[in-house]
Formats: sequence, structure tokens, C-alpha cells
Amino acid sequence: MLAEGHDVSCLDEDPDSHARLELGLDTSWEDAGGQFTVGTGLEIDALTTAGIERADVFVASTNGDNTNIVIAQIAQRRFRVETVIARILDPYRAEWYATQGLQTICPTRTAIEMLETSVREVAAGKEEDA
Amino acid sequence: MMGGQVSGGEYMLIVGGGKVGWNLARELIDKGHEVTLIESDRERYLTVEQELEHRVLYGDASELWVLERAGIARAGMVIAVTGDDEDNLLICQVAKDKYGVDRVIARVNNPRNRQHFELLGVKPYVSATDLILRLIERQVPRYGLVHLLDLADAKIEIIDLLIGENAQVVGRQLHELEMPKGSLLISVMREGTGFVPTPDTVLEAGDEVLAVLDPRVEEELTRYLGLEEGTVDRTPDA
Repeated sequence: MLAEGHDVSCLDEDPDSHARLELGLDTSWEDAGGQFTVGTGLEIDALTTAGIERADVFVASTNGDNTNIVIAQIAQRRFRVETVIARILDPYRAEWYATQGLQTICPTRTAIEMLETSVREVAAGKEEDA
Repeated sequence: MMGGQVSGGEYMLIVGGGKVGWNLARELIDKGHEVTLIESDRERYLTVEQELEHRVLYGDASELWVLERAGIARAGMVIAVTGDDEDNLLICQVAKDKYGVDRVIARVNNPRNRQHFELLGVKPYVSATDLILRLIERQVPRYGLVHLLDLADAKIEIIDLLIGENAQVVGRQLHELEMPKGSLLISVMREGTGFVPTPDTVLEAGDEVLAVLDPRVEEELTRYLGLEEGTVDRTPDA
């Protein structure tokens, strides 16, 4: 997103994650125009420091479904961010929160679909061979 | 505390089998309620199960199917008391918004998370830190003031105030007082006895009064009734 000319600010509770952002970059993350804040999404101060008040899009993609669902709703209801996307692994909950006005991405569902497609392709290939 | 509401024979779901959840389950079962306790830690589940038997369910209540298997659809109340605020918050949110459970109670472990419970409409919530803080305030009335009732939406509150040793109102009759507009004294506790004051009542140092008021005049009223003159001098901003 940074390479496409967007302003990107990243919030992570682990300071070491900063190094991961610089993989494949010639310069530092900051020199490339990025912002990095150490903190959790439940801390209002951290969200504000990261610039949530001027964000057009907010993505909640920590490794915890519950955290993502809570902070996505904070971004939506408290900071009125226009587009909020939450990563939810649990397909059932992803489905329900989607009906509650949250944009959800369910990697589990996506993986299932890709696996099904692959299996079908292999099966179809075998039928043709036969 | 909630006397009338907890009448016997209701189905209650408790999430979290720690000390709070387990004891709560035990008390509610004693009172004749049907209770299911959900615990996500296998070892803890096995411990609690020895006593509560079939009334404990093993599983992560963040997952909807676990709540459904526990029969959330017919639950009259859901109480989320795990050690994780996000879990408690979301379990109560889906209980209310998805399954239509009328009454939920959430435990707040970190008082800083209270604002998130408010934001997502999960009320009431219980914070042990707050409860202890309130008890301390009662025992050690640093500001001579205890909040009894706080109806933020209705813009009205009731506070418990200690009349200071050198307060300017000591020795004066109620009708002489210049109470801030939007405040009223409703009772006086003196030497262990309470009474409703009349315009002739003379306030004494050490009186504990209850006042109903608009929260906006709280500071003014506290200064007027509670604080000793010396204290006011030291904090001109207050």
C-alpha cells in the first residue's frame, strides 16, 4: 500500500515487528513514508498516536479474532472510520459480524474454497485422463 | 444486591470457571436456578466438573456453536466472568444482539477497558477494582464524598458527603444556606441515626449528608459543604 502512494501507519504491540516491515525495502520504513507505533488496539492513546483520527481505512488483522472484532468496532463506532476491515478466522462469527455492518475477511473460508477448487481440478483432470 | 430479579428457576449461563464463576454458579444453583458453566481450560474444567458435574461444559464460549450447545437461546441471563476482557465483552455482545438475551453481566478485569464496554453497549459490567476503590473511598473519605447513584443519562446523581470540621455551613440552619442551584439535601446521618432535614435543621461537623444534584454542580457543592476552609485555600483551582 505504501508503494502505491498511500499513507500507511502500523500499530503493533511487538517493537520487533518493525524490522519485518522493512524486509525488501531499500530504506527504513519511516524513510519510505510509513509510520510505526508500539501499542495495542485497545489503548485509545496508541490508536490516536497511530493517527486513527485521520484514517480513511482501518484494518484489524492481529492474530486474535476477539481483539480484531473489538478494535474494529472501536474504529467504527468511536472514531467513525469510513472503511473498517476485520480479519476473523472463525467462519461463523465472520458471517454474523458481516451482517452487523463490519467488513470481514475470513482466511479460513478463503482457504477452504481454494482447497475445494484444487481438489475439484485434480478430480476433473483424472476423469479426463480416464 | 439485585434481590427481586434473581428469583428462582431461571436458566443462567456463566462463562469462566475461575474463582468468581465457580462460586457464582454454586450460589445460583443453591438459590434454585438452572445453571451451565462454560470453561475453556481442560484441567480447570475437570476440577470444577467433579463438583458441578453435568452443569459444566468444556469449550471456548467465544465460539458461537459452544454458546448454542449450552442452550443460549433459552437463557434468561448470561454472565461473562473470564479473566479476558475481550472475551467477556464479545460474549455479552453476541448474547444480546444475536441471541436476544435480555440481561447480561460482564466482568471488567482492567478498568481501562470500561469505555469499550460502554461503547459496545454491554451493561452492566462489574469491575473489582472499582468496587474496592469505592470501598476505600467509603472508609477513607479523602474528598469527603462518595458516589451512591450516578445516572449519567438522566443527568442526576446522589452523593454522600461528610460535613468538614471547619466547613462554613457548620452551625447554620438549612434555610440559611446558599446551596448551588440544582442541588438538594435529602438526609442527614448524625451519631448513627438518619433523618430527613427540615429548614430549621442545624448542620454539625461530622454530619453525613445525602444530596441529590445535577453532576455539573458537584464541585461547587462539595466545596461549599464538605471541604474545610484550609483545604480550599490550598487548592484554589478546585
